[in-house]
Amino acid sequence: MTYREAVRAALRKALRSDPSVFLMGEDVGRYGGAFAVSLGLLAEFGPERIRDTPLSESAFVGAGIGAALNGMHPIVEIMTVNFSMLAMDQILNNAATLRHMSGGQFHVPLVVRVATGGGRQMAAQHSHTLEGWYAHIPGITVLAPATVADAYGMLLAALREPDPVFIFEHATLYPLEGEVDETQEAMDISHAAARRSGSDVTLISYGGTLGKAMQAADVLNGDGISAEVIDLRALRPLDMRTILESIAKTHHAVVIDEAWRTGSLAAEISAQIMENAFDDLDAPVERVCSAEVPMPYAKHLETAAMPKVEEIVGAAKEMIPRHG
Amino acid sequence: MAEFVMPQLGADMTSGKLLRWRKNVGDRIQRGDVIADVETDKADIEVEVFTTGVIEKVLVQPEEKVPIGTVMAIIREEGKAAAVAVPPVSAVPAIALVPAPPTIAAPTVSAPSSPAEMGGPRLHISPVARKLAADLGIDPVTVTGTGPGGRITMEDIEHAAQAKKAPPVAEATLDRAARMRQIIAAAMTRSKREIPHYYLSTTIDMSRALAWLTQENLKRSVEQRLVYGVLLLKAVALALREIPELNSVWSNGKVMQCPDVNVGVAVSLRGGGLVAPALHHTDHLSIDDLMKNFSGLIQRARAGSLRSSELSDPTITVTSLGEQGVEAVFGIIYPPRSHSSASARSRNIHGRPRGRSHRGPC
Repeated sequence: MTYREAVRAALRKALRSDPSVFLMGEDVGRYGGAFAVSLGLLAEFGPERIRDTPLSESAFVGAGIGAALNGMHPIVEIMTVNFSMLAMDQILNNAATLRHMSGGQFHVPLVVRVATGGGRQMAAQHSHTLEGWYAHIPGITVLAPATVADAYGMLLAALREPDPVFIFEHATLYPLEGEVDETQEAMDISHAAARRSGSDVTLISYGGTLGKAMQAADVLNGDGISAEVIDLRALRPLDMRTILESIAKTHHAVVIDEAWRTGSLAAEISAQIMENAFDDLDAPVERVCSAEVPMPYAKHLETAAMPKVEEIVGAAKEMIPRHG
Repeated sequence: MAEFVMPQLGADMTSGKLLRWRKNVGDRIQRGDVIADVETDKADIEVEVFTTGVIEKVLVQPEEKVPIGTVMAIIREEGKAAAVAVPPVSAVPAIALVPAPPTIAAPTVSAPSSPAEMGGPRLHISPVARKLAADLGIDPVTVTGTGPGGRITMEDIEHAAQAKKAPPVAEATLDRAARMRQIIAAAMTRSKREIPHYYLSTTIDMSRALAWLTQENLKRSVEQRLVYGVLLLKAVALALREIPELNSVWSNGKVMQCPDVNVGVAVSLRGGGLVAPALHHTDHLSIDDLMKNFSGLIQRARAGSLRSSELSDPTITVTSLGEQGVEAVFGIIYPPRSHSSASARSRNIHGRPRGRSHRGPC
């Protein structure tokens, strides 16, 4: 099954098992979703539960918050993370705050799915990686499924949460093939996962960069460097413990983040490593991030702007000079 | 509370083994008391304390080998808490009055435990490497970094530790003298590499001194006779008092004049090896006291019962090889000392007895 099919399968399972669940967003109904995730769901569940919305992110995210406050379990799809900026007021000032401002009287069990990331020649208004901004906000949970199994399991787990959960789906992952255990009950969404274990360097990645980190680990392995690859899975709250335990073993860390370097989630992780694992480090933490430009349209420029396998390999080798 | 730490008894010492405590928990101690015996690669040393108070706690047990700077005991200070005495930074020269093998006629260079403390460039070392070095008792200053920009990495420390451990067989079979040779070699290499040396030489008329010595010794019983070297020690000490700028050590990135003149005497040990303990207040001692202290110092050096202050605070090192027939000696400075003095044989030139003296950089 593909990543796209896994999300669809999870949607279908949730819609079938819980009448309070519904999906809404731009083009999710008749068109089947900008990334064809919800293809066929309108026919199966009808327009009451698969709702096409006007092009107003603020309005339909706000409607989702209202529905959640009133006992529904809405799943809102935002076509790209760049468009989610229009809903920032609803997200930051309402979704994230109401539980706290009501002294716990209200919960907002809202799930928002957002397509994110570059690499598809969609240029600077459809290609950015802004998950790090959301990970800055207390009051919401931010997930970044990087595998097919997580794409399926995280959506179902998110629906069980009493408070808002944002799921960032990197748009290049939709065709990814993988295994899904559809019988799995509740997936853990609070821990990072070591996707590959190693002893010389820890590559910390999430979402769209996990594949690049895994490729880099293969290359490094060929050069005698054993890389451990961590998939963050949850961007907020961060599972620093898994990261720190890995660094206690490898003493070297490279953080890979498709966002811009300045003020990025990679910066936060790097800072926490420095704060909590200073004495374990054998070299400064390295970061591989996107170039600080609006994402270019031209293919070669877009490729040049985004994190590359060679950059990850280079960063790791530089820290472990015997192999450099 | 004050900490009693494993002292660095010489620039080349990186760790020491506690042989025994001379005092127990609860004992009252005075500044200057010998409270422990420590074995180094060079000698067994009676270590003095620089704090007056009561031993609160003992943290290291006999037979334990610990890196320099390791806290060995906690002392509850008496009176003003400010008395956290740091061992004096003075260093005295050693005079090789006793025949020392010419190859080692020079003093060594020191390996400060932290270059920052010595005012040198900050050590370029990763945090985990620094921690590992402390755990393994490796002095990072002696390790060459292979990381980016020459940073010392964890792997560099591991290699250094392996290298240190590698001759475990050798270490067991090497006697102390052989180990001492290795240490001296390493220290001399460092000194020559890091301290810009230059040499001055002049000829000194020793005829009056030698004549006086001959006359004086005629009047004395064999046990009380003076040796030629004692005159050199005294002369150097008086010269230092006259020119206090030379009675200095290089510490924390600057020259520090030492209040006392403590001339170091290079003593060759039986079976090879060399130590250079200090004769305290050399300039104030009468020639008889100097002779007595000098003999005592040599005996104790060879018996392995030197005191820590004697090893750590000479302010100049003097090497004298004249009685070996050596005509010129160019020494190597033993850090943190800033210079050394050497003297060679007295000889008759055109009917005049003469001596020769060289002085290194100051």
